[in-house]
Amino acid sequence: MEAYLRELIPRVIGVLVRRGADFPAAEDAVQEALVEAVRRWPDTTPDDPQGWLVTVAWRKLVDAGRADSARRAREARAADRRGPGPVRQEDDTLQLLFLCCHPALTPASAVPLTLRAVGGLTTRQIADAYIVPEATMAQRISRAKRTVAREGIGAPGDLRDVLSVLYLIFNQGYSGDVDLAAEAIRLARTLRGLTDDAEVAGLLALMLLHHARRGARWTESGALVTLAEQDRARWDTALIAEGVDVLQAALAQGRLGEYQAQAAIAALHCDATSTEETDWAQILEWFDELLRLTASPVVALNRVMAVGHVDGPQVGLAALAAVPEGVPRRTAVAAWLRERAGELERARDLYAEAASLAASTAERDHLRVQAARLGQSVEPPERSPRGRSHPAGWP
Amino acid sequence: MAKFLLLKHYRGGPDQMPSAQTPMDRWAPDEVSAHIAYMNHVADVLGERGEFVDAQALSPEGTFVRYDGEGRRPVTDGPFAETKDLIAGWMVIDVESVERAHEAAAFLSAAPGQGGVPLQEWIEVRPFLEAPPTVTD
Repeated sequence: MEAYLRELIPRVIGVLVRRGADFPAAEDAVQEALVEAVRRWPDTTPDDPQGWLVTVAWRKLVDAGRADSARRAREARAADRRGPGPVRQEDDTLQLLFLCCHPALTPASAVPLTLRAVGGLTTRQIADAYIVPEATMAQRISRAKRTVAREGIGAPGDLRDVLSVLYLIFNQGYSGDVDLAAEAIRLARTLRGLTDDAEVAGLLALMLLHHARRGARWTESGALVTLAEQDRARWDTALIAEGVDVLQAALAQGRLGEYQAQAAIAALHCDATSTEETDWAQILEWFDELLRLTASPVVALNRVMAVGHVDGPQVGLAALAAVPEGVPRRTAVAAWLRERAGELERARDLYAEAASLAASTAERDHLRVQAARLGQSVEPPERSPRGRSHPAGWP
Repeated sequence: MAKFLLLKHYRGGPDQMPSAQTPMDRWAPDEVSAHIAYMNHVADVLGERGEFVDAQALSPEGTFVRYDGEGRRPVTDGPFAETKDLIAGWMVIDVESVERAHEAAAFLSAAPGQGGVPLQEWIEVRPFLEAPPTVTD
């Protein structure tokens, strides 16, 4: 029921805007109607849910004193128009996405606005997912809408902006009771139904191919499992098959972009039964392509991992030298290459350093375990315990 | 977005500016009120910007506690009058960038002290460790 309800939200906003309401007021009114629906529908579901939402939201507009001007605007517009003309629901949703991912917005504003107006989530759910107070999230969304109202929607929106917002939502993963990764996939599927842009398909494929591996990424106690150590039997083969299909159709269009290239790398991982069986040479080719498309230092660093697999650690270390200092995870990659080169003591120190630089607890803990693992082979603990280290489990 | 802890210290950190060296108990009452009003104002402004997460103050008196083995009562020590570092309280913010976190810390550090002059108190800014991104390969 909730999924169905949420699909209706962008449509209802579309109806209100076509009736002449301005976007910020319509979005507020629909959010209020949504909160009421979440409260009341479990007991009494209306026969026509969309009609119910439109009626309730319109009443909210009237209560807020916004409906009169809206009605006048609608009448004025109706007088201008030659004929009513068919309005497609799909156009409404696409326009709404362009508004919510407006280039004048920072990602931090575009993300929650998209989740609310197009995703049909409540402010509270979004606040929980990002672990901030509801009032703070409400302010963020209000500010975003004021910016959109001020900047207006002049030129046709840019799909790149929408894609980067959906990518951010996906990458946030999940906390609280909302699965943002699943939500991002739902939005990407919706978008793919509205446009045949190859990069939209590329992003959807990328999401599916990563989502398929999610169950194997974590132990039951919440520790990170690296790709090399994952139990590949736990990967979701149906999602992988769908991701590969979507990707192949996108690549066949001959308009390559960064999401398709990233998805191609993910697909090659999904295709392998182990790290050793992985087609690293082809992955490296895709990284070269991706680097050409993005010139991103993060991509350059990930490419070094592929170089290490294809040409060995020494060539990898030479490639690493060209990656700027300060790129996140650079030290962890250096540790991995040193270990493969047999420099265990150096690798141990680098793992420990990488742990202190990690941006997440899961990565930090994983890197500490790597340092400890090498510490044992470098220097058995019973021989000479080194100086005082952090007590176990302490940040 | 990234979360940062803005730590306000009673003691510790770099040497305080001359404006921040007189303890608050020697200020005039209206100077104290103005300072508190400013701190609330900072929280309000950050809230309106959609950046405020939490703010708490701590009592200066604390106790050190440790485990002392199965079935034993925890061992306590302190309070110590002369610990080097003492935390007065904190604010948690969720902002776009580290630069923005520094801006917010400077805003907090401009709180008025004696004579309404900005304290220029040092605020320690610490990033939170967060969940790792989904896409890593």
